[in-house]
Amino acid sequence: MPERLDRELIAMRVAQELPEGAYVNLGIGIPTLVSQFLPPGRTVVYHSESGVLGYGPLAGQGQEDIDLINAGGQFLLPTPGMAFFNSAEGFAMVRGGHIDVAVMGAFQVSEKGDLANWMLPARGVGNIGGAMDLAAGARRVIVAMEHTDPQGKPKIVRRCAYPITGPGCVSLIVTDVAVIEVSPAGLTLLEVAPGWSPREVQEITEAHLSVARDLREMGF
Amino acid sequence: MNKVVSSFAEAVADVPDGAVIMMDGFGGPGGMPQHLILALRDNGAKGLTIISNTAGLPDFGSLGVAVAVTHNVLMENGQVRKVIASFPVSASPARPNAFELLYREGKIELELSPQGTLAERIRAGGAGIPAFYTPTGAGTPVAQGKEVRTFNGRACVLEHALLADFAFIRAHQADTLGNLSYRGTSRNFNALMATAARITIAEVDEVMEPGGIGPEAIMTPGIYVKRIVKR
Repeated sequence: MPERLDRELIAMRVAQELPEGAYVNLGIGIPTLVSQFLPPGRTVVYHSESGVLGYGPLAGQGQEDIDLINAGGQFLLPTPGMAFFNSAEGFAMVRGGHIDVAVMGAFQVSEKGDLANWMLPARGVGNIGGAMDLAAGARRVIVAMEHTDPQGKPKIVRRCAYPITGPGCVSLIVTDVAVIEVSPAGLTLLEVAPGWSPREVQEITEAHLSVARDLREMGF
Repeated sequence: MNKVVSSFAEAVADVPDGAVIMMDGFGGPGGMPQHLILALRDNGAKGLTIISNTAGLPDFGSLGVAVAVTHNVLMENGQVRKVIASFPVSASPARPNAFELLYREGKIELELSPQGTLAERIRAGGAGIPAFYTPTGAGTPVAQGKEVRTFNGRACVLEHALLADFAFIRAHQADTLGNLSYRGTSRNFNALMATAARITIAEVDEVMEPGGIGPEAIMTPGIYVKRIVKR
């Protein structure tokens, strides 16, 4: 199998999906990296469940303020234009359809766009956090993840075996080998990572992939 | 009227066994009512139900700030019977918090609520709304056993309001009438919980005379707050 992309390249590809002026929520993990790779000249406003809109870079060592964090508990720098609010208002923004794009990680995504990202059954307990609200409320949900799990099993499946976060909520899947669109007709392979063929991507994908007529190579 | 209480011990002295207590503690030490938590440990009340976004945080030492006191203190002291939370365990299964260890042994009960649903349940409780429908969680395990109704073609889950006997609030400034302001992201659940308890107790950095916090800057009006303790 050809080489896979690293987490930064996945994040870089996702960053291209954020439109100018969008209000964006980035989940924990690979999604957090996306803000570093926004194309030059593009402005988006980040929302976090911790109760802040319009945050900028992470704080460096010695700059931490315990009252200025994102949803992952990372410390933020004060940024002109940022706004604070309580959690009911923060989630009114989410459910009310005011968040244009949510980028989340996933354990599994189904061919219908079902998302499973809050609980591994073996652990017996999980964290939902803001994921179910974002799955239900964000206008567009993009999943950023590795194509297979640590055991090498496909994460893009016919039906999620893990408890789901939201049914039919995922619009686009960006992985370390492909970009896949989810539509009522199923999954369409839009892009492959450099060196990968559609057949090789299908071999590590449980769900069926239709290949786009204008299949492209992922670019950064 | 002066709502200032002289010690944390006095502020929590009437918390009985079996009390339902709301407290913040989002993803770090900010917003955590650390002194009230310690006073509750020393009070010793047992069989408590804790309503909070998290159920005890890992040590944030690697990020440059150590979290000395979180809900872990109450879990380890065997005071908690039940937790209502959205993010109860640590992000890494390899570093379980005290809650997760108790949960594995069947010694503690968990009611898991999506974060926005948890926030709205608390808001509704404080606002006198007994229940509401939300699209969040429809078609997932969260909807199991709950009434589901379709509005405008979308399945929505009936969720019930939350109320508490006590709310432990971490605010920045207070005046003697109980008006509060918060710093930064520490407003998130604190400002909601302040409205939804019979007795709201605020742990603050600074207590001022009325007028010290400008009326436009007050985030929690004093009507919700019973007791104030300065750190």
